[in-house]
Amino acid sequence: MIRSHLNWAVALGVLCVLSLLIGARALPWSGLWQGSPEAWLTLTASRLPRLLALLVTGAGLAVCGLILQHIVRNRFVEPATTGGLDAAKLGILLALISLPDAGVGVRMFIALSVCLVSSLLFLALVRRLPAQQTVLVPVIGLMYGGVLSAVAEGYAYRHNLLQSMQGWLLGDFSKVVQGSYEVLYLSVPALLLSYLFAQRFTVVGMGEGIATSLGLNYPASVALGLVLVAVTVSATVISVGAIPFVGLVIPNLIALRHGDNLRRSLPWVALGGAVLLLVCDILGRLLIYPFEVPIGLTAGIVGGALFLGLLLWQRR
Amino acid sequence: MISVHDLHKHYGQRTVLDGISLSFPERRLTSLIGPNGAGKSTLLLMIGRLLEASAGEVRLAGQPIQRIASNAYARRVATLRQATELNLRLRVEELVEFGRFPYCGGRLHADDHRAVDQAIAFLGLDSLRQRYVDELSGGQRQMALLGMTIAQETDYLLLDEPLNNLDMRHAVQIMRALRRLCDERGCTVLLVVHDINFAASYSDHIVALKAGRVHCAGSVAEVVTETRLRALYELDFAISYSARGPLCNYFNPPRDLS
Repeated sequence: MIRSHLNWAVALGVLCVLSLLIGARALPWSGLWQGSPEAWLTLTASRLPRLLALLVTGAGLAVCGLILQHIVRNRFVEPATTGGLDAAKLGILLALISLPDAGVGVRMFIALSVCLVSSLLFLALVRRLPAQQTVLVPVIGLMYGGVLSAVAEGYAYRHNLLQSMQGWLLGDFSKVVQGSYEVLYLSVPALLLSYLFAQRFTVVGMGEGIATSLGLNYPASVALGLVLVAVTVSATVISVGAIPFVGLVIPNLIALRHGDNLRRSLPWVALGGAVLLLVCDILGRLLIYPFEVPIGLTAGIVGGALFLGLLLWQRR
Repeated sequence: MISVHDLHKHYGQRTVLDGISLSFPERRLTSLIGPNGAGKSTLLLMIGRLLEASAGEVRLAGQPIQRIASNAYARRVATLRQATELNLRLRVEELVEFGRFPYCGGRLHADDHRAVDQAIAFLGLDSLRQRYVDELSGGQRQMALLGMTIAQETDYLLLDEPLNNLDMRHAVQIMRALRRLCDERGCTVLLVVHDINFAASYSDHIVALKAGRVHCAGSVAEVVTETRLRALYELDFAISYSARGPLCNYFNPPRDLS
């Protein structure tokens, strides 16, 4: 157990260093030693923010998927298959159009609210489905997301914002520089709170009946989970854009080995999400160097392949 | 003592419970029997606070249960529903540990570990302790869930059809465990059960419901009679008695009652 912790820590460390090293401008390490201001600027204004943003986003999205899967009680849900990402986009758009001068805080708040309302609606929708329809849930989620997305696009079209909105469709870390991404750190407290309340979310995942007979305040715990998810998702979409599959693949992979007891599996899920996103980002930066493939695309491809593999492997 | 007072439950026009008043004897095993749709599970779930009553109330030691905080209630009354509800990948040990949730909110202390160990030993689940629940057979899963309920260390246990989908061996295992909980630990056990022979063999007290009303209630000897069961199930019963207790045969009635 300790050995495997160590292996993962080493892997994460190597990936972090790689991520710091790669970039359109070569980072002169000797310059760092000699205290060259230019080298330090590259490191602190671009590379480090990008690395931190990747770690926080990966961990945050994976944990969001994990919590949603427990709340909806379905292994196939994540922010992308419950309309969460689309709702956040719609929220940002609403904020941009109705309050164009508002700061990022207001934008965040509106995106968060839209995200929360949409997830409550989705939950109400899903609870009307027969319990055995596990595959129907993500299908309905995708359709629901499609509707939200269509509303957003129609709205953007009328206000001539369609092009800039396409930017958020695809997550991209190349724009992450000091001063542009800090709202992302809101997902750090959300992550910590998720861990603090991990036991509650596991009990939520046992179903309303068992949860209630264990004395859990079920509605309050579900609401708390949805708020934490909404915070992370909207902070992510605002600062780096929509990234699919991380929240879907990682919790399922980790559950195979570490089970569904969140107290035990949540740190692994967070770590796994961070590693997956780092790998996707490094790939995206190397494939057409010195240009970049947006991470929304690489994560979609890598995550999609992993997910297919997982489905086929489980079928065996 | 758990008592229910003029309890009603309606779903739109449909009446599921139609004025039930009962009290369940302390430290006894009570079976709720009756045909499908009689309202047995509804009654049980209301006592477990998993369903709201349309009218009337349930009292625990004279106190209306809605006035008890949900956490405090979970330390006095545990409810076990069917194992199919659970689809999480948890180890048996972890599942049983969640029985301590009402006490510790998830952070187990020495006292909680003792309760978990005792529950596991009580059901003889030691060999399954590290296995994942989703890899167990239906009977083993039901035992693991019962382990969680036992670790909750409540005075009252409510079980909704705990024998569903179990083979005979596991069904007997579960019923014996419930009997022992009652005899050795002084628990009050209420369960919904379809198999009249299990009810007759293991219960102290039987409540028979039909169409949302109490059809009859009393000791096994009072309720398990050919006339009463015939009226309850509209089936022809032949009851034979041996040293092992009564045996109800309804499998091949000589004539059609309807």
